[in-house]
Amino acid sequence: MIPRPHLVRAIALLVLGLLFCVFPGCSSNDADQNENQIVLTGSSTVAPLMSEIAKQFESLHPGVRVDVQSGGSSRGVADARRGLADIGMVSRDLKAEEQDLTAFPLARDGVCVIIHRDNPVASLTDDQLVAIYTDRINNWKEVGGADAPITVVNKAEGRSTLELFVGHFQLNNEQIKADAVIGDNEQGIKTVAGNRHAIGYVSIGTAEYDAKHDVEIKLLPLAGIAASIENVRAGDFPLSRPLNLVVQGTPTGIVAEFIDFARSRDVNQIILEQYFVPLSQ
Amino acid sequence: MSRSRSDVTLVWILRGCGLLTGAITVVIVGFLLWESLPAIRDVGVRRFVSDQSWHPSAGATGGQFNLVPMMVATSLATAGAVLLAAPLGIGSAVFAHFYAPRRLRHTHGKMIELLAGIPSVVYGLWGLVVLVPLIARWHPPGTSLFSAIIVLTIMILPTIALLAGAAFDNLPSEYLRASAALGLSRGRTVLSVVLPASRSGLFTAVLLGTGRAIGETMAVLMVAGNVVQNPTSIFQPVRTITANIALEMAYAMEGHRSALFVCGLLLMGMVMVLVGFAEWVSQGRIHG
Repeated sequence: MIPRPHLVRAIALLVLGLLFCVFPGCSSNDADQNENQIVLTGSSTVAPLMSEIAKQFESLHPGVRVDVQSGGSSRGVADARRGLADIGMVSRDLKAEEQDLTAFPLARDGVCVIIHRDNPVASLTDDQLVAIYTDRINNWKEVGGADAPITVVNKAEGRSTLELFVGHFQLNNEQIKADAVIGDNEQGIKTVAGNRHAIGYVSIGTAEYDAKHDVEIKLLPLAGIAASIENVRAGDFPLSRPLNLVVQGTPTGIVAEFIDFARSRDVNQIILEQYFVPLSQ
Repeated sequence: MSRSRSDVTLVWILRGCGLLTGAITVVIVGFLLWESLPAIRDVGVRRFVSDQSWHPSAGATGGQFNLVPMMVATSLATAGAVLLAAPLGIGSAVFAHFYAPRRLRHTHGKMIELLAGIPSVVYGLWGLVVLVPLIARWHPPGTSLFSAIIVLTIMILPTIALLAGAAFDNLPSEYLRASAALGLSRGRTVLSVVLPASRSGLFTAVLLGTGRAIGETMAVLMVAGNVVQNPTSIFQPVRTITANIALEMAYAMEGHRSALFVCGLLLMGMVMVLVGFAEWVSQGRIHG
C-alpha cells in the first residue's frame, strides 16, 4: 500500500522533533560538572581495565559517572597534580620526585617468556634472550637445544606487553628481528604451541592458565625466578610492574569509595580477564 | 489527486534512500581523510613510501612510516589467492552444472554455500592451529605469505564458485539447445559456448572474490606472521594493510592512530582502483 501523505508528514515531524529534543539534551549533560563525576586519566595499559571497573561501579552507584581517558602514565601524574583529574593511572612505580602523590596499587602486570613444551631448553639467561631477539643467536643448539632455527615471536607495536619487555631488556623495538608478530596473548600462545621451535612472550596470567590446562607451552624462569602469578603478586618476578591509581592528598567521598572498590576482591575477576594479576587475595 | 500526491511522496522517499546510500561512501571517505590529515601533514606523503620501516609509535619525527611492504604483501596475497581460487571455483561450477548427476549437484551446491557462510575467524583459527604448524614442519616459521594465500584461497573459493554458477544459470537456454542441435560434445559446448557467453558474469565473480581477498583481515592476521618486510620467498612472514590496522588500532594514539587511518585511506584507494579497472574492462572488453 502507498502511504498516505499526512501520515508520512506526521512521522517526519516526529523524527525531527525527537532530533531536536535529543541533541541539546546531550550537550547540556556534558557541560554539567557535578559532585557525582569522577575523572580518571593516564596509562593506556590501565585505562581499559578501569573502564570495566567503572562500568561495574556505575551500576552499583546510580547517578555517578566515571570518565576514563587514556594518554600515558606521565599524563596521569601531571593531571592528578594539577587537579585536572580526580585520579591518575600510572603503570609503573612512582619516581622519587613524584612522592607528593599517594599511590594505590590495584594490580600487577607480568610478562613471561614461553617456548614449546617439547623444547628441551629449561632456562635462558637475559643475555641469551637478548641475543635471540636481536638475531645474534638463531639456532636452538647454541643455547643447549635441538639443531633447529629459532622462530622469534614478537608483539605488535603499541602493546604494553611489548613496552614492558623491551624496557626490561633495554632493547629498542627496531632491533628486534621477529619471525612472527602477534596481537593478543591468546594468538601468541597458539603460535608457540603450534611451533616446536618458537619462542615468545605473553602476559603471565594467560600463560599460566593455559599451561595448566594442557596447552603445549612451557614458562621459562627469568633470572632464576619461576614465572608464576604468585611470584608476580609478591613482586619478586623481574619482568613485572605495578598498576597504580594516584591521587593528591587523601581521597574523600565518592573518589575514596571508588578507589576502595577498585582494590577490593569484587573486581578480581575483571582484573584477571584483562590478564593482570590482582593483589587482593 | 491523492494518488498522485502519495506517488510524489514515495518518489521523494526513494530519492532520499538513494542519496543516503551514496552519501555513506562520501562520509566514510571524508572521515578517513579527516582522521589521516594530521599524519599526512606531520609526516608528509613522501615518507610513507621512502622511510626505512614501519615503527609509527615513536611519533611523527622519531617514527618510521613506510607502507610499501604492506601494500606489496596485500597485493601478493590477493593475487596468489585469486590465481588459485579462480580456476578452482569456475571449474567446480562447470562440474556442478554440466557434468555432475542431479543429486550430487544439489549436495555440492549446499556444501559450497556452507563454505561461504563460515565466519573468517574460524578459517583463521583453523589456519593457526592446523595449517601453520603443518607448514612450519616443512618450512619454518610457518606463518607466512604462503599460509595467507592458502587461507584466502579457501575463503574466496565459494564466492567465485557461487557467482560463476549463477552466471551459468543465467545463460539463455537457446545457446545450449543450439549447441546440442549442432551435435557438439559436452566439453566443446562448455569451452566454446558456455564460457565465452558468460564471460561478464565470470569476471564479476573473480572481481568480487578479489575484493573479499583485499579486505579480509582476521584470518590473514592469524596466519601471515605480520612482520613488516618485502618478502623474498613465499615462506616468509608478511603483514597486510588490513592486518596492520587490526593489530595496532586498539593501542594506537594520536600520530600513530592517524597513520593507521592513512592505511585505511590506502586500502580504500586500492579498492577504488579495482572497481575502476572493472568498469573499464566491462565497458571496453565484454559488452563493447
